[in-house]
Amino acid sequence: MNDRRNHQLSLTVNGTETRAVTEVRVSLADFLRDKLGLTGTHLGCEHGVCGACTVMMDDMAVRSCLVLAVQAEGRRVTTVEGFAAADGTLNPIQEAFAERHALQCGFCTPGFLATVAEYLAERPTGTEAEVRERLAGNLCRCTGYQNIVDAVMKLAEQSAGDLT
Amino acid sequence: MKPAPFDYLAPESIGDAVAALVEYGGHAKILAGGQSLVPMLAFRIARPAALIDLGRVPGLTGLALEGDSVSIGAMTTHRSVELSEGLIGRCPMLGEALAVLGHVAIRNVGTVGGSMAHADPAAEWPAIALALEGRLAVSGTGGERSVAAADFLTGWMTTALMPDEILVGVELTLPPSGTGSAFLEVARRHGDFALAGAAVVLSIEDGLVSRVRIALLGLGLTAVRAEEAEGLIAGREPTLEAFEAASAAIESSIQPLGDQQGTADYKRHLGRVLTVRALTKAHERATNGAVG
Repeated sequence: MNDRRNHQLSLTVNGTETRAVTEVRVSLADFLRDKLGLTGTHLGCEHGVCGACTVMMDDMAVRSCLVLAVQAEGRRVTTVEGFAAADGTLNPIQEAFAERHALQCGFCTPGFLATVAEYLAERPTGTEAEVRERLAGNLCRCTGYQNIVDAVMKLAEQSAGDLT
Repeated sequence: MKPAPFDYLAPESIGDAVAALVEYGGHAKILAGGQSLVPMLAFRIARPAALIDLGRVPGLTGLALEGDSVSIGAMTTHRSVELSEGLIGRCPMLGEALAVLGHVAIRNVGTVGGSMAHADPAAEWPAIALALEGRLAVSGTGGERSVAAADFLTGWMTTALMPDEILVGVELTLPPSGTGSAFLEVARRHGDFALAGAAVVLSIEDGLVSRVRIALLGLGLTAVRAEEAEGLIAGREPTLEAFEAASAAIESSIQPLGDQQGTADYKRHLGRVLTVRALTKAHERATNGAVG
């Protein structure tokens, strides 16, 4: 069904080929949450500022509140539900966040994980200034950021070590 | 449901995209990256009858550096430009502007053409285009045409695009050797819309300013060139006194508007300070031997 108000969407979500009909005006965030039941992606401001809705699309961190579901046609989307292994083992970023108390209520955390995943894939130098700047697009009301910054700096150090 | 209902089309050629604009008689909006448009739809500030997604039209992404100029496809993301080391090395002003354009997540999806066509007075790209002799490649039912950046930005959030036209590319002239460039803006938080900003290109020959461009953002209904300020520096010695005199002269080029972010006088003050700092930084780059 591909009339101009509805779209038969095909995309990969957390590794699974997914097909669903959606109204064209639905955001990727609302599609993930309401259509696919993946409510780990959260809505804070819905205008791109808070970063809570950040997911991975084709290995890039994107604001799912600012991307229409139809823009994800043919793309690979990874949400927080896709970060841990199938048996529930946390990925290294999740592990570092847990260990460093980089989350309290957890509302902002899925967005941070996507931002950090993209950042670490770039093998960054991980200075505090660089980390703080990169994380500036993800707001947290609970932690005061210090533990998040510490977790990311430690991860950057570890991923730099992987190269040797 | 957040946005009001609209039709969605994903044409696979510029011709089909133009035909779709014509079909909707001026009531369709082009969807590029959507980072400005989608929140407007969600807030229902914009209620177009249709969105015409350019995401499936080939040939609109990528950048080509040829000598002193660079052509950037309208659908090229800000992030792609930011990660073009050759281009950024050649023109540091671009890197400085892109580093403060939203956040990486926005830059991954938002496009150069989208920013130019949206023409927010606080946006970075229109000021960059003014500072770098930008030309906009436009395609419509009448064929293709090229519009100078100053002629393209016609008013508040308004461009010279006719209802049947699409911006397809942006061409910029890069600074030659002996030229320095700099971009500075002030925002309340990293990634926020700028309160004011300055993009400066400065060429030095035999110890005198041979050429200068000062483009300002956030200080009027469009990005503007501070031509009177430029006139005060051109041909003169590049001293701090000269730069400060120029910064006072931006007054004739700006109409800052007060809003909840700051009063008109505050923005005026920012404009002047940023002009001096950007001129100073561009001058340092011009004289340290590096190109750009």
